[in-house]
Amino acid sequence: MAASAAVRRDRLVGYTMVAPVVLGSLAFVVLPLVMVVWYSLHEWNVLANTFTFVGAENYQRMVADPGLADALRATVWFSIGLVVVNIALALLLAVLLNQRLPGTTTFRTFFFSPVVVSLVAWTIVWSFLLQADGGINGFLSVLGVEGPNWLRRPEAAMAAVIIVQVFKNVGLNMILFLAALQGVPEELQEAARLDGAGAWRRFRSVTLPLISPTVLLVSIITIVGSLEVFAQIDVLTGGGPGSSTTVLVYYLYQQAFRFNEFGYASAIAVLLFVIVLVLTLLQWQSRKRWVFHEL
Amino acid sequence: MSSDIVTVPETGTPPAPVRVPLPRRRARARRGLTRWLLVVVLAVLSLPFVFPTWWMATSSLKPMSEILRRVPTLWPQDPSFDAYGRVFTLQPFAQQYWNSLYIAVVVTLGTMLVAAMAGYAFARIRFPGANALFVLVLVGLLVPSEVTIVPLFRIVNTLGLVDTHWPLIVVPVLGAPAVLAVFIMRQFFLGLPTELEEAGRLDGLGRWGVFWRIAVPLSRSALGAVAIFTFLKSWNLYLEPVVYLSSKESFTLPQALTQYVDAYGGPMWNVQLAATTLTVLPVLAVFLVAQKQFVQGLAHSGLKG
Repeated sequence: MAASAAVRRDRLVGYTMVAPVVLGSLAFVVLPLVMVVWYSLHEWNVLANTFTFVGAENYQRMVADPGLADALRATVWFSIGLVVVNIALALLLAVLLNQRLPGTTTFRTFFFSPVVVSLVAWTIVWSFLLQADGGINGFLSVLGVEGPNWLRRPEAAMAAVIIVQVFKNVGLNMILFLAALQGVPEELQEAARLDGAGAWRRFRSVTLPLISPTVLLVSIITIVGSLEVFAQIDVLTGGGPGSSTTVLVYYLYQQAFRFNEFGYASAIAVLLFVIVLVLTLLQWQSRKRWVFHEL
Repeated sequence: MSSDIVTVPETGTPPAPVRVPLPRRRARARRGLTRWLLVVVLAVLSLPFVFPTWWMATSSLKPMSEILRRVPTLWPQDPSFDAYGRVFTLQPFAQQYWNSLYIAVVVTLGTMLVAAMAGYAFARIRFPGANALFVLVLVGLLVPSEVTIVPLFRIVNTLGLVDTHWPLIVVPVLGAPAVLAVFIMRQFFLGLPTELEEAGRLDGLGRWGVFWRIAVPLSRSALGAVAIFTFLKSWNLYLEPVVYLSSKESFTLPQALTQYVDAYGGPMWNVQLAATTLTVLPVLAVFLVAQKQFVQGLAHSGLKG
């Protein structure tokens, strides 16, 4: 069935309009994805100039690599720590800002402002504050507490990386929760109040169930985002001390651009992609339920 | 506290005040007190958000000796702008500032154009294969930039574009980072009533005319959101410049900020903080002016559509 000239012209406009992003996706997303899988099947050292097909050898190496196991462990700790602290703090801030207290807009500005600050800049300032003789420990010493050398002790370094990241981005989740809180009908709160429910009880039994889909969604988004943490680690700890803050992405970067192991790094990239893929599909699944919930 | 509070036994939770009948005025007074307590809590909580920026700006005015003092000073005792001078003599900082600025502007404009066109076409124009192409584009949402950095570096290297700004401009405008913008624009156009466009068509506008004269002006709010998160993303980009750029003249700001170290590799804090202040304050200033747009735009990108 031949389309009319007008329809054909319209189609042509359509193709022209999507061409840049379609061609760009092919060149900068699909092609690199295929390439990275292909590279992962090769022993490829850039300095040694080797490029040999080795099949699944890089993947076997991954299973036996204690460095990768450490990186996965660090990633899990980082992600769990981040998501727990971030979600808890974001909820707390959102609930407080939802009380119509004096100065609410100013406080909201305060909590949100780090989101627009350059990540590297934010991290540099915190690295300054977290020095052994820096502002944080100076502040703690005024309170009579002896602070650790944050960036030189493994557990403290991991805590520091998490905290710096939380303060940077918690404002975003706070806003998302605030929007959800404002969607909770006032009548439900009032009904619970008349039944004699206290503030905490109202929050737990009325508010939390109603915003739980948002909490789940935001949690997954935060976990996915936590997998892509690079600049903070590079600036704050360089993956150290030892390998205590070398998360998966940083390990990938080291393998590729420090040790020139492009083949092995590509295998790690494939692993990272699979993890992000699974989590994102989970997120879309939960989004479906969320939309259903709203209906 | 007073006897009008009954604690509900609930392990691991803060005491829950339960209201029992009591004179109205006392209730109001208690609520007023609670509210002020909450304000104090908010003020304390805002310290780690506000204090670092304050610390950054004031410390950049301190000499090294004062910076390294054990008990910190809140305000520089002997403020000087020496560090700011050295920011520019130790590195081509003005050049690096310009690099970041022009790259971010070009990427933002390019992304707005590409995303508005693609978003409009995917939402409004029927053409065979539209759904398949849209799904293809959406793949970009699933791919963190770290996954493709090795092959992209390989491509950039093969094209001889290492240590140029091309990969920092072309890849974000056409590749994975633009996909979210396309998605947001498509959602926006899907929700836009078609009557105005139909009126435009009756007035003899072609598809491009409708797009430029009617659809784009109507989509200002969505384009604003796209502009804000795209600009910030480019302005803050770190991994890609670190991988692609090697000479100080071509560095962008985030990378340049990490380079202020002395001969022993120790950071020169006051100079570094001065450079950081110069990087952060303009963006913060714009944020304070256009706060609503920033919050909306970034909340969009936070939710991924």
